[in-house]
Amino acid sequence: MPDILPATHVQEPPPPAERFSGPVVLADHLTVRYGKNRALNDVSAVFPSGAVGLLGPNGAGKSTLLKSLLGFLVPEKGSMKVLGMDVATSPLEIRERIGYMPESDSHIPGMNAVSFVAYCGQLCGLPTADAMQRAHEVLYYVGLGEARYRNIETYSTGMKQRIKLAQAIVHDPDLLFLDEPTNGMDPKGRDEMLELIHDLAHHKNVNLILSSHLLPDVEFTCDHVVVMDKGTIATYGPIAALKGSTGRVYELRIKGDQARFIDVLKAAGYEVHDSDEDVMRVFVPGATDDSTKVLFALAAREKLQVRHLRPSIPTLEDVFARAVGEV
Amino acid sequence: MPIHDQGYQRYIGRRSAIGQGWKVMTRAGVMSVITKRQFIGLMLFAWAPFVVRAVQIYVSATFEQASFLAPKGETFREFLDQQGAFVFFVTIYVGAGLIANDRRANALQLYLSKPMTSAEYIAGKLAILFLFLVSVTFLPAMMLLLTQAMFAGSLTFIRNNLYLLPAITLFALAQVLLASTTMLALSSMSKSSRFVAVMYAGLFFFTTALFNALRGITGKSSFAWLSPSASLEQLGDVIFRLTPRYQLSPALAGLTVVILIAGSVWILLRRVRGVEIVT
Repeated sequence: MPDILPATHVQEPPPPAERFSGPVVLADHLTVRYGKNRALNDVSAVFPSGAVGLLGPNGAGKSTLLKSLLGFLVPEKGSMKVLGMDVATSPLEIRERIGYMPESDSHIPGMNAVSFVAYCGQLCGLPTADAMQRAHEVLYYVGLGEARYRNIETYSTGMKQRIKLAQAIVHDPDLLFLDEPTNGMDPKGRDEMLELIHDLAHHKNVNLILSSHLLPDVEFTCDHVVVMDKGTIATYGPIAALKGSTGRVYELRIKGDQARFIDVLKAAGYEVHDSDEDVMRVFVPGATDDSTKVLFALAAREKLQVRHLRPSIPTLEDVFARAVGEV
Repeated sequence: MPIHDQGYQRYIGRRSAIGQGWKVMTRAGVMSVITKRQFIGLMLFAWAPFVVRAVQIYVSATFEQASFLAPKGETFREFLDQQGAFVFFVTIYVGAGLIANDRRANALQLYLSKPMTSAEYIAGKLAILFLFLVSVTFLPAMMLLLTQAMFAGSLTFIRNNLYLLPAITLFALAQVLLASTTMLALSSMSKSSRFVAVMYAGLFFFTTALFNALRGITGKSSFAWLSPSASLEQLGDVIFRLTPRYQLSPALAGLTVVILIAGSVWILLRRVRGVEIVT
């Protein structure tokens, strides 16, 4: 069968350019204030390349950290480096190489999706024709191909989240800042957004920092995590290492006064937190095979019946709970 | 293999140097305005006085009986004064939403997350309004001067009134800069373009009314500095070598205009930032 187009018309995929592979972000004793409130307090952290989750409860300082890295906020003290460049001296060079998906609903009024994304590409230095071509490409990539000529103001919340991602990646950034990317999305849309982020990080080799208070989002998309709480870094490292570090987690259900038994376990030096229904998760530091016997012994001493006890796979929730002291 | 993969691909093309973003903004802003029918209508109205003046010049140059219609230096001053009304309407139509709409849609954080400073953002927005205001002040005034030379068939008038070239430029610049910076500053202070339009009109009419009231009470026009438009009129008279209409020092009139422009720029630099800080 003859070729439809001569071979010269076939666009070969361009050779992939080198991505930045060192630590993408370095924060050194960073302190940021909003008036009298200290939003970041002496934060020092290293964000390796790849997908890093920035995890913490609301008000932990995640968005403040991202906005400081973008140069929107001037720190009271400390310094920051993004992609090896100092935020204080090279903010524009940094912003040329990063993409930012803000938490709040943001768009440029009066534009349809393709014009908006192309416009954002041009603002990042892409020539008009290239920006338009990439706008079409990324809109298909984020799943808005069919809706790309609609005015953004008519979009649903989920579509607005996607368009924010599209404008952040149109110029092919080396590093993406994603601030709560699944906010307001329905379960299906949320799963699709997480798949996109996972694909960007693991198949398209885009470095990204995902700020979220949703542990499953971070666990699904990221390899590393930085846990923040009350403007400080609570813990950081590879998720796998943090989950499997210094102990074991058991799921435990008892018959009797659960609250009293939690107090007993805490007094015995165990970390406990309630999960769904009446099952508690007990973290036994440096656990050995005898740890189950100890749990049975404690229950027996308190005249409580153990109805369910089994070792559990440590989750990011356990890491988070330990890090922010919710145990 | 697909001929063209519509998935995400690396970009290996060229990028323009940092600092060009304001041009992109200006181009997009101008294009979005000139496609509106209402605006085209407004511009046609704004150029109507030019057509009338051009006819006047033609008649005076062609028919000796109508030589009393021949333009003088102050004709151009009057023309720019008349265009002040269109400056007002164009400023409101184009300028009210320039920053207010971006604030309403949280677009500032998008703009400033690109390789662009807040000064560049302001320059991009200012250039949109500046271009349209120049097109209803400086451009028709200069074309009127050229029309005179064309119909008269000589450059004698221009040669005899050479000061008109810098005078038109300077006065139009003062008109345009005052209107555009003030409107942009107001636009940066609200999320509603309608509210901004009302504020601008209020500022214009209230200050003029206040000045006229004080003039009525005291019988003196030395309070002209209270009104930006009266200060501009006073400045215009001096620039066009006419007898100043108010009892106000031209330096004070100029200072009022400069302070308003500088104050507006100061407000803009404070209000245009990537994050809203409420303390």
